[in-house]
Amino acid sequence: METLVTILAGVLVTVATYLLLSKSLIRVIIGTAILTHAAHLIIMVVAGLKTGTVPIVGEGDPVDPLPQALILTSIVIGFAVTAVSLVLAYRTYQEIGTDKLDKLRGNPDE
Amino acid sequence: MKINNVILRTVAKLVFFIILTLAVYLFFAGHNSPGGGFSGGLVLASALVLLFIVFDIETIQKGLPIDFKLVAAFGAFLSVGTGFGALIFGDNFLTQAFDYFNVPFFGEIELTTVTIFEGGVALVVVGVVVTILLSISEDE
Amino acid sequence: MNNIIVMPMMLPVLVGIILLFLRPYVKTQRTISLLVFLGNIGISVYVLQLIQQNGVMRLDFGGWQPPFGILFVADSFAMLLVLSSSVVAAACLIYSFSSVKPSFEKNFFYSFVLFLIAGVNGSFLTGDIFNLFVCFEIMLLSSYVLIAFGGKKRQLRESIKYVIINVVSSWIFLVAIAYLYGVVGTLNMAHISERIAEVGQTPMVTVISVVFLTVFALKAGLFLYFWLPGSYSVPITPIAALFGALLTKVGIYAMFRVFTLLFYQEQQITHTLIGILAALTLIGGSIGAVAYKDIRLVASYNVIIAVGFILVGLAVATPSAIEGSIYYLIHDIIIKALLFLLVGTMIAVTGQTRIDEISGLIKNHPLLGWLFFLTTLSLSGIPPLSGFIGKVLIGEGTVAAGSYVLLALAFISSIFVLYSLMRIFLTSFWGETIISKDEEVPAKKGWIVSTCILALGTIALGLGAEPMSVYVQDAAETLLNPQIYIDAVLGGN
Repeated sequence: METLVTILAGVLVTVATYLLLSKSLIRVIIGTAILTHAAHLIIMVVAGLKTGTVPIVGEGDPVDPLPQALILTSIVIGFAVTAVSLVLAYRTYQEIGTDKLDKLRGNPDE
Repeated sequence: MKINNVILRTVAKLVFFIILTLAVYLFFAGHNSPGGGFSGGLVLASALVLLFIVFDIETIQKGLPIDFKLVAAFGAFLSVGTGFGALIFGDNFLTQAFDYFNVPFFGEIELTTVTIFEGGVALVVVGVVVTILLSISEDE
Repeated sequence: MNNIIVMPMMLPVLVGIILLFLRPYVKTQRTISLLVFLGNIGISVYVLQLIQQNGVMRLDFGGWQPPFGILFVADSFAMLLVLSSSVVAAACLIYSFSSVKPSFEKNFFYSFVLFLIAGVNGSFLTGDIFNLFVCFEIMLLSSYVLIAFGGKKRQLRESIKYVIINVVSSWIFLVAIAYLYGVVGTLNMAHISERIAEVGQTPMVTVISVVFLTVFALKAGLFLYFWLPGSYSVPITPIAALFGALLTKVGIYAMFRVFTLLFYQEQQITHTLIGILAALTLIGGSIGAVAYKDIRLVASYNVIIAVGFILVGLAVATPSAIEGSIYYLIHDIIIKALLFLLVGTMIAVTGQTRIDEISGLIKNHPLLGWLFFLTTLSLSGIPPLSGFIGKVLIGEGTVAAGSYVLLALAFISSIFVLYSLMRIFLTSFWGETIISKDEEVPAKKGWIVSTCILALGTIALGLGAEPMSVYVQDAAETLLNPQIYIDAVLGGN
């Protein structure tokens, strides 16, 4: 199971890298979101995937409660970053009239 | 932009309340099982987003004249406020308290300050999601 | 119970949130946010004294004992940086009163400045590596918003670059934390340090430390500085000053913390790598500083040189070098803010950004000119100004460690700093006055006041090196003996 999820994380990183390198701004932002989710899978995998009981109060072999807390925090942060970059992309679209990154290139002295 | 879509409008009116119920359920379930302020808030926000998409923004804002930026600010204030509240009682920052109370009609229930914190989180999520949606979709 | 050490982070957060409600009342917003920073200055001085008496302080959030809960740890190093960041923030705030457009002020400008400072102070104070990530993100999210204030084409382009670079580097940070958690099974920094010390720094841990090095190098602009000059030259002046003074320093702080507290055993690998990167940074920064004619770019490349210089101290890691790095870090926070404010003022009064288009400013703005000259001297390390003591101590450290290449590069780079700034001083302030007095925008009072505060800061830091040395030595001692930090965190109450 760990191997499969690790491969899935790898696939997500591949997809995200492809999107990050594309010219469309909206694709780049989707790429960053997917990249963060790959990291979440990695956090989940390093702590081990297993079925266990509730930690502290449950009886028997408990699962590690920390990774889900880390992932939730990171999801919230990723959500905020994606939201901010979407607004930024929208402002850029309003200003330039396109979401193509190569149209943004220009003389630095302008 | 007005789409005259009778089925969507009729269904949305119904589904809106189902989503709201789910949001409230998720929010309170979060105390001891999966759920909580963030997911409850997101579901609540999705209900509002559905309204904004199905009916247009002006109509909804007329019926629901709330500045969602302030909703987010108020939520953040609640959450941070519970952290500071602990200082007043001489405890460590962010210390949460809980106790059991006998309330008429409901019987014994557990009241916690974590719920205020989570409520703040939910309000932040609703406020931020709707604010961003509105700021992106303000013009044609 | 040390609830006071959470204040440098949570006070700005709380007030930032309250300011969201006070949107139309710009005057109130200004006063309150200035009061917060002044309060933070007072708190950090007080906490520094407490640390002198009682040793390193910690606060467990919610009463959860380490290593289970998250916590804040205040040692002298962290508090010295909190103090200097509060001073710089106050000065930049005074500058922005008279330079930021009212429309920005009504769009939550001060709230975001407060959140930025909260993130910076939180990163300095936290004792938990995941919390460090969270504080980094608070700081970066506010900086994403602040960098785009203005919304010109060039600004938007650089903001997009900045956001994407930082999202990718945050991703590497998250992966590095995941790996470290997988190997040592804890996130509390003192606890990680203890666990690594128990089993020795295995090759696995060393590889993870290099992943951390990559992250912080991206954030601090250590060799991976390609994004920095563009991003730091576009925002409005007070924001550029805050960025130049604080953002890279947080990366440097994280590097110091991580490589003195967690991964200190394999110095021939990690610290050699830092040394090589610092040397390349010094070379690249020096070339950049003399290559450009846009004064904002020259100032940005000066930030890069300083990053390289401070990390030379970490690379050799002798006691005097670490002490020198701490001095230089504090000096650089203040002087870079001053440099960016002066450069911004020059652009504001003339409307030009290239040095060959500005000339003879000293005739109409003598004070501005002499402040710039003072900054130049301080940056190049002329006694009795604040850059001197740091440079001497780092030099001493490199000689003691026998790394003469780093020594040579560090001091040659100082000459490049001097040259790049003297060139601005000579061409822009001297020469024929091409802009007549009535064409110029007059310098406002707030601009002069805030730059004067920082100039006094650099003089005071230079002259007051002796009384300050108590705190700096304490900070260096805690950095060099991780056990002090570990005992303070894990050794009961």
